[in-house]
Amino acid sequence: MAAEAPPPSTEQAKLPTPEEFTEVQESAEFGDLRRSYRSFAFPLTIGFIVWYLLYVLLSNYAGGFMGAKVVGHINVAFVFGVLQFLSTFLIAWWYSRHAAAKLDPKAEAIKTRMEGGA
Amino acid sequence: MSPAITHVTLAANEASEHRTLIIVLFSLFVLATLGITVWAGRQTKDAADFYAGGRQFSAFQNGLAVSGDYMSAASFLGIAGAIALFGYDGFLYSIGFLVAWLVALLLVAEPLRNSGRYTMGDVLAYRMRQRPVRTAAGTSTIVVSIFYLLAQMAGAGVLVSLLLGITSDAGKILIVALVGVLMIVYVSIGGMKGTTWVQMVKAVLLISGTILITFLVLLKFNFNISDLLGKAAENSGKGEAFLEPGLQYGADNLTKLDFISLGIALVLGTAGLPHILIRFYTVPNAKAARKSVNWAIGIIGGFYLMTLALGFGAAALISPEEIIESNPSGNTAAPLLALHIGGVDSAWGAILLATISAVAFATILAVVAGLTLASSSSFAHDIYANVIRKGQATDKEEMRAARWATVLIGIVSIALGALARDLNVAGLVALAFAVAASANLPTILYSLFWKRFTTQGALWSIYGGLIVAVGLVLFSPVVSGDPKAMFPDVDFAWFPLKNPGIISIPFGFLMGWLGTVLSKEEPDVKKYAELEVRSLTGTGAH
Repeated sequence: MAAEAPPPSTEQAKLPTPEEFTEVQESAEFGDLRRSYRSFAFPLTIGFIVWYLLYVLLSNYAGGFMGAKVVGHINVAFVFGVLQFLSTFLIAWWYSRHAAAKLDPKAEAIKTRMEGGA
Repeated sequence: MSPAITHVTLAANEASEHRTLIIVLFSLFVLATLGITVWAGRQTKDAADFYAGGRQFSAFQNGLAVSGDYMSAASFLGIAGAIALFGYDGFLYSIGFLVAWLVALLLVAEPLRNSGRYTMGDVLAYRMRQRPVRTAAGTSTIVVSIFYLLAQMAGAGVLVSLLLGITSDAGKILIVALVGVLMIVYVSIGGMKGTTWVQMVKAVLLISGTILITFLVLLKFNFNISDLLGKAAENSGKGEAFLEPGLQYGADNLTKLDFISLGIALVLGTAGLPHILIRFYTVPNAKAARKSVNWAIGIIGGFYLMTLALGFGAAALISPEEIIESNPSGNTAAPLLALHIGGVDSAWGAILLATISAVAFATILAVVAGLTLASSSSFAHDIYANVIRKGQATDKEEMRAARWATVLIGIVSIALGALARDLNVAGLVALAFAVAASANLPTILYSLFWKRFTTQGALWSIYGGLIVAVGLVLFSPVVSGDPKAMFPDVDFAWFPLKNPGIISIPFGFLMGWLGTVLSKEEPDVKKYAELEVRSLTGTGAH
């Protein structure tokens, strides 16, 4: 853990000037990073919220369907609930894979250059 | 007297014989965590240590601590109780509480870690006029945390009456006061470092206890889940309806609307909870914040799947009369289940009851510490240092303010704790989620992603969401006009839903938009460039 290691000096990292931030924000490289992030995270967020609301609405208004037995006493409602768990795990894994492959290298490159005093 | 009630009395007697064991186990936890706190207090030298635990926790450690902070009395006692009484409808809590983490993972955790320093207010005020936005952020942090505290204190009171046979108000208030004093000690001495370690210890205890009971329940049914559900349905007296949605919320269109309202509040609340958000400052960078959310999703998801076994196990093995007799909202179903699964008249049953109850106490204590830390940090950093002292306070002065705020919040929550005894603690926490989703989430999202967002927009969304959410709760059946309300003897409940989310969350978003398009000032585009670049790349992150 923490306490032993001397804290790295991120607190003292050089902060670029406002002009540099504006310049980077308008750069193609940053635009690319923003696009890779937003085009992945935003639709996925809408997707899982719709999927979750579908579950809420079916629970409310489709009692017959949700109560239908699948196996023994296990009904559709249960399967649906467990699927929500699975989809949550899956989306978390999927986003993290995307972030590691597509976002981290781009973010790292920009950060290194900006903090390096370029 | 019905047989069920005699049974409860027996159980309570059995429990009181082993009162000593409960007290010993709980004292061990308290001693261990106090030791950690004193040790952490010695390591706490500057504000980054006090607020952010030195930012050097690993992703796994923080994932565990996030889980510890999140799996509150609501998750453990409340969900198990809701499932035990209402069957499938209680499951919504588990699902909503879990899916909500995706909002935090995809939209909030990393940008927040990259651009903030100590509090949620850091991000909200980043590109705005500091003083008004910090005041608003501090206010909503404290309000959300106090709602959440209320639920934990209700849980503490409930446990005490079950375990120690204390039913007098004075006895309950004494215990609530004890919890309050302990949390003041944890937070004011140990700061974030101490609190994080307490969360980790508690998470391990809670998960272990839950695995044990789940295993014993499943063992009883030879690991046949269908049999467990069948027995639960039969024993509940409700038949197959117990396994289908609608028992609690399906009565009419109004209750169905309440269900939707609750569902929305749960899924959008997590990413606006200040005590969860500040945990992301305890790791070195955004990548570690992402990994800690992933750990938390795994741990919390596993835990919520097990709450199904706890809830349906309680329904299958204990009569509904006994559960209700012990606590009208089912809050004691999980500890009762521990007693029954071990055998009501056996030492093993009493040991299990003692263990699970000590775990539940530990859970409450740890979550209360996390909430208190979030509110006192926000008070000291947002309101005292940046509003009152206009950014001129030293680290030492800020930390002193935080410690005094801790004492003050401790006293307030002790006072409030006495009010909320008979409400289901999961329902109470859902209110905190609704307030967080209405006041905080819209402002966080607009701040991070909407270039045009202005100070006026931020103020309107925070105060608009906050006032409407809290106002609707005040005039809801949770507060008055219902036998289980905080004030059952009066009735000023003109708002029919128990959860305000369906109105207050869209209202918060609407106000943020309206405040922005109607504002006369131009958005600070330079500051937004800084925030956007920082939030996505981590440039200049603390």
